Amino acid sequence: MSDLPLIQADHAVPPPAATTKGGRGRRLRLLSRTDRVVITLMVLVPLLLVTGLVWLPAVATVLLSGTNWDGIGPVSEIEWVGAKNYDDVVNIYPPFVPAVQNNLLWLAALFVVATPFGMFLAVLLDKELRGSRFYQTALYLPVVLSLALIGFVWQLIYSRDQGLLNGVFGGDTDWYGDPDVNIWAVLVAAGWRHVGYIMLLYLAGLKGVDPSLREAAAVDGSSETSTFFRVVFPVMRPINIIVLVVTVIESLRAFDLVWVINKGRNGLELISALVTQNVVGEASRIGFGSALATIMLAVSLVFITIYLWTVMREDKR
Amino acid sequence: MSRPRSQAEYLARLVPPSVAGLNRRSLLAGAAGAGALLGTGLLAGCGDSDSGSGGDATSVSLGSNQSDPKPKDVVAKVMDGFKTSSGVTVDINTVDHNTFQENINNYLQGKPDDVFTWFAGYRMRFFAAKGLAGDLSDVWGKLDGYSDAFKKASTGDDGKQYFVPASYYPWAVFYRKSVWQQRGYEVPRTLDDLNTLGAQMKKDGLDPIAFADKDGWPAMGTFDILNLRINGYQFHIDLMAGKEAWTSDKVKKVFDTWAGLLPLHQPDSLGRTWQEAAQSLQQKKSGMYLLGLFVGQQFSGADLEDLDFFTFPEIDSSIGAKALDAPIDGYMMARKPKSQDAAQKLLTYLGSKEAADITVKNDPSTLVANSGADTGAYTALQKKAAELVGSATEIAQFLDRDTRPDFASTVIIPALQQFIKDPKDISGLLTSIENQKKSIFTS
Repeated sequence: MSDLPLIQADHAVPPPAATTKGGRGRRLRLLSRTDRVVITLMVLVPLLLVTGLVWLPAVATVLLSGTNWDGIGPVSEIEWVGAKNYDDVVNIYPPFVPAVQNNLLWLAALFVVATPFGMFLAVLLDKELRGSRFYQTALYLPVVLSLALIGFVWQLIYSRDQGLLNGVFGGDTDWYGDPDVNIWAVLVAAGWRHVGYIMLLYLAGLKGVDPSLREAAAVDGSSETSTFFRVVFPVMRPINIIVLVVTVIESLRAFDLVWVINKGRNGLELISALVTQNVVGEASRIGFGSALATIMLAVSLVFITIYLWTVMREDKR
Repeated sequence: MSRPRSQAEYLARLVPPSVAGLNRRSLLAGAAGAGALLGTGLLAGCGDSDSGSGGDATSVSLGSNQSDPKPKDVVAKVMDGFKTSSGVTVDINTVDHNTFQENINNYLQGKPDDVFTWFAGYRMRFFAAKGLAGDLSDVWGKLDGYSDAFKKASTGDDGKQYFVPASYYPWAVFYRKSVWQQRGYEVPRTLDDLNTLGAQMKKDGLDPIAFADKDGWPAMGTFDILNLRINGYQFHIDLMAGKEAWTSDKVKKVFDTWAGLLPLHQPDSLGRTWQEAAQSLQQKKSGMYLLGLFVGQQFSGADLEDLDFFTFPEIDSSIGAKALDAPIDGYMMARKPKSQDAAQKLLTYLGSKEAADITVKNDPSTLVANSGADTGAYTALQKKAAELVGSATEIAQFLDRDTRPDFASTVIIPALQQFIKDPKDISGLLTSIENQKKSIFTS
């Protein structure tokens, strides 16, 4: 009974069917002509961009994945082949299974090793050590470099015959060529970069934590460790979610590094690299590559759905 | 929290608590393929050159894949020669070699340059059949100095010419004369000789055969030459055209022979580039190296003079050792050049003795296709290479130029790397290749 006036008040502001005329008149008066133009533009321009740059290509990819188009000739000549491309991907395309495994391994390595390590570094840097600016810059530098450049830098280190690593330690491990080793070597390079990225994100979050929380915890006699895990970490929930999402995205779209090294072959297969091998370049198996891309899209959608679901549930609470 | 109390609050709640941009970005990542498609579309415009000369024939544009400094310089000199002889300026658009090759589909369907560099082989015929290249039969009527082999290599499926050969290079087994003299090695004539020689080199502490396949294509050269020696040229061509089964005993024999030779190859080849393998030959760490004549780029001065080669030894005496890979580089014309007349004039010049002479004078690492050219300036290595190709009964282009590019790059490269990794499961590998071949060649 007590919230009855509230409901009435609510109804009064955006009036229901009964008072449409008056309502519209009021809204028009609220927004001037310029306002309306601006709002229309602000809605239309991003809408067009998102539709044109995201949704149309995505839908086109899904459609093309049912064809055998080779990228030559008019669209009218495209032949529909149904699920053949998917059948081929799963059954007769040897690089597909290793690619899926490598993507999962990539996710696991970033999630279990690189991300926690980046967070750890952020916590250390948050302590205002001497020269923390320097460490910050040094750790963040790999993020500024393009992955293509990182691939090249590590090539100098990993080269079997002329590389730094084998040169210094006198080994003859074929870091980039041995399919049992190279994925780990690449993960080190990718992790090196990822650590800096996570560190910066997390450091920004840590700086934003209200210092009075820590003081209160200290007054209550909480140790450094338990302050972090019981007070700071829970408070940083939004940042934690961002870090998690960034990690998932980074591992799904991992591409440039393996592409620079050996075009994603021989132990370094990743779905994104297979898509590129098939679609871009001389091969032009657009249909087949689109099928791979669609599979990747489906996998991404799983993570995106989980993320959105979590965020929205949080919203409702 | 209940309902929003103001418009501002309502709008603010539309944005998720974390950064809204992330959603968009992840969607983008998911639609990587879509992005790639877009990307290729954009790249199509890259080769476009607006010389702004319209229909008049005072300039003609050339799309060149000769991006390395030396060949680039040679192209510039040849074009200068054309300007002197005809008065027509050539606008050269140089694109990185691999990029050019990978974007060729979009390039040709967009606004290609009037004349562009390309290779003889399957791809050239494919573009001709798709109507993406201009008919050069008229130009061929004015050319002389080309053997029938070159004319055949320039002819499309419809019997017309679409290609003007400029240069070529043979694939052979390279070695250092000084090392071989010092150790008393002799050029092997048969597979058994090669095995004996390899065993001896191993004893002497050398890697007998330098080998690199990080980039995926060099191993194709090994496959090609073994297939040519074991099954002959015609089988090679039919296999590349998808007419023969990869599961046949003939192909199996090629891989069996290769597996027998693999212990003589430099180990860990999948992490090595051809440049590194060539340097191991140059540093006298390996005994020989099967590669194209371009291996000479890694040698200079006295080392280059020390370089020699022999053609891969005979395996089957009924097949002999006369066939080889000698890819031909040259020029093609766009389907609709801005000025057909100027483009044809340029192509006629590019096929002429004069253009070949300029190339010979400036580039010691290739052989010119025009036999009328003054080859007096050839180095000993070039002379020998020209003789080798001249005496060849059949000339193959190279695996990735003789077959469909989608088959070569997405099937054969991973398959050959798989074989090098694990040479034991040959029949499993061949079944996999055959299955993929059937799917690709029927589409």
